Amino acid sequence: MVVWTDQERAYIQDIFSKLNYEDAGPKALQRTLIVYPWTQRYFASFGNLYNAEAIMSNQKVAAHGVVVLHGLDRAMKNMDDIKNTYTELSVLHSDKLHVDPDNFRLLADCLTIVIASTMGTSFTPDVQAAWQKFLAVVVSALCRQYH
Amino acid sequence: MSLSDKDKSVVKALWAKIGPRADDIGAEAFGRMLTVYPQTKTYFSHWADLSPGGAQVKKHGKVIMGAVGDAVSKIDDLVGGLAALSELHAFKLRVDPANFKILAHNVIVVIGMLFPGDFTPEVHMSVDKFFQNVALALAERYR
Repeated sequence: MVVWTDQERAYIQDIFSKLNYEDAGPKALQRTLIVYPWTQRYFASFGNLYNAEAIMSNQKVAAHGVVVLHGLDRAMKNMDDIKNTYTELSVLHSDKLHVDPDNFRLLADCLTIVIASTMGTSFTPDVQAAWQKFLAVVVSALCRQYH
Repeated sequence: MSLSDKDKSVVKALWAKIGPRADDIGAEAFGRMLTVYPQTKTYFSHWADLSPGGAQVKKHGKVIMGAVGDAVSKIDDLVGGLAALSELHAFKLRVDPANFKILAHNVIVVIGMLFPGDFTPEVHMSVDKFFQNVALALAERYR
């Protein structure tokens, strides 16, 4: 069972309250596809991902970035039971989408950098620690139904 | 994933911009790493103060970032250029090489925080590759 301190909960709620899902989601996914190009393997149906410009202007990528962030929102709203909240999502990523779980870490890192860029120095070391703990729990929950 | 000519010029151009703040970046990244990845503190148990603002932390962050700047100037031959540092880390410090990736992540977070406009996804990619190659060069003498 994951134990959250009141401070960690507050930091995470705060990040989400300031987050613009329509901005951060697309940015995080675009960054992942550009910095780690092998992640593009899962998005063959998204059309032109040929170079950074194409990825940044791709509407399907942007839309999917928003979907991902809304998924994270669910975890934030169910912080004491992310494991069960994510059961179906985990099955989906394993059995239908066949995503190598290492990709979750890559996307998580890129999202952290997008949030750091937006928050600047208010993204203190303690805030970063809480945020990365949250993402680690989310990634672990997403990995859980893999077999 | 070796560095292309484009990667090298991107890294050098970014360094020209961020180099003047290397001390701050180093102190911030190193302090951040100790807080966010507490297991890294095991290498510094002989220090009195491991908090991000501590004097030893800031000083060591400066040392690390100075070495990063040196690596930028030796970007055409990292293995050769970082040979002495690799010997140090391999035989004296014995830092588990997995930690190089952890530190690199924190440097990247700080660059993103302080230079959001410059740290585009494309620049990020070249910088990520650069740190990967630095880590490889640092681990060269381990075994």
